[in-house]
Amino acid sequence: MLAKRIIPCLDVRDGKVVKGVQFRNHEIIGDIVPLAEQYAKAGADELVFYDITASSDQRVVDKSWVSRIAQVIDIPFCVAGGIKSVEDAGRILEMGADKISINSPALTNPDLINQLHDIYGQQCVVIGIDSFYNEANGRYDVYKFTGDETRTQQTQWHTVDWIKEVQQRGAGEIVLNCMNQDGVRKGYDIEQLKTVRDVCEVPLIASGGAGAIEHFTSVFKQADVDGALAASVFHKGIINMQELKDTLRGQGIPMRTRHKG
Amino acid sequence: MAQKIVIVNTGCANISSVRFALERLGVSVEVSDKLDVIKAADKVFLPGVGSAFAAMRSIEAKQLSDTLRGLTQPVLGVCLGMQLMVETSDETRSGVINCLGLLPGHVARMQAGELRLPHMGWNTITPVSDSTLFKGIPAGTYFYFVHSFAVPVYEKTLASCTYGQPFSAALHSNNFFGVQFHPERSGEAGAQLLTNFVDM
Repeated sequence: MLAKRIIPCLDVRDGKVVKGVQFRNHEIIGDIVPLAEQYAKAGADELVFYDITASSDQRVVDKSWVSRIAQVIDIPFCVAGGIKSVEDAGRILEMGADKISINSPALTNPDLINQLHDIYGQQCVVIGIDSFYNEANGRYDVYKFTGDETRTQQTQWHTVDWIKEVQQRGAGEIVLNCMNQDGVRKGYDIEQLKTVRDVCEVPLIASGGAGAIEHFTSVFKQADVDGALAASVFHKGIINMQELKDTLRGQGIPMRTRHKG
Repeated sequence: MAQKIVIVNTGCANISSVRFALERLGVSVEVSDKLDVIKAADKVFLPGVGSAFAAMRSIEAKQLSDTLRGLTQPVLGVCLGMQLMVETSDETRSGVINCLGLLPGHVARMQAGELRLPHMGWNTITPVSDSTLFKGIPAGTYFYFVHSFAVPVYEKTLASCTYGQPFSAALHSNNFFGVQFHPERSGEAGAQLLTNFVDM
């Protein structure tokens, strides 16, 4: 049976892993490669590396760390941040990343999704979406350039419409980051994820809000997501990977067991 | 004397991952699209991701098809590389595409019912018979899969997996082996399988 995935996310800035609260005030957590290795050994099913500065600084940052990660890691990983063209994506995939995740550049140039799908295949095209719940009108809206507070802007897209659009264009997976929840560890946005799940026919990964083991239980049981992404709970040692997986397995959620050799 | 292990440069994107995985096992490898280098190898890897149409076009442009068909040493196709080993695939806009025909079989879009495609993540495999490739890898072992097309279970199936429907997780005929999953990204289980292949 296909296991649900636990995906630690490492936000990268200038070659270091950082973590901020609601996209702000980033503090350095540590070096990328040892942290990636540590998570793989701890039983993570997959890793995501977000270069959080790239999109907003209008540059492709030094990505040589992608190759260093690919050399030591034996689980799949995805790289996000500043991938604006087929060539950018190709370089990262050649360095050994399994998937590339596109967020703001897909909003600026949606045709990029089609191109990536046609050249590299649907399996490596992940679309990251930053979605904000607007209390004033009860709507979920898509935002872009969220890596830089001064440039963050609301797009014309409602989240559900954008989800439909990216699937039509060839997305192979969607990571939905619920901005209201991000970094505050009060639980995933179950309501929003349920709404999105209804229109999402490709794998859906929940992001933003994990603070306790029961948050993972809820998001798998109630929103039927394929994977749950989290950062600070792992970086800060609030949740132990093994305990998390044992607990979820005990609740009947399919989790990978390691090969003992 | 050290073995000569060659990864066929199919022009696809997971070549680095396969090379790094073998290097982690302490095996040195060469990535090549030169006919004589491929022919002289002790073991050959045929990697691949993306679409069958694009990969076959690349293989034909490099005039590799006949060389690959003539190989007698152990060959392991990985993911799309495995799918390229059978006769035909539905993964093209124009109906059916001819693959390498190293073993019989046909690639069709997965019938996953209510389940999501691509089939992406860790799933369990069941080897159908005792084999060198799955030595020490029992039924229920998790491997990492990413694909929307698959070869149904048939007489060449070496291991099966189920996602909506059962499908071939691994194939075997003569010296040709193929795995639908990614051993290079399947943790300890993947390392075991790669070691089994290298040790053949």
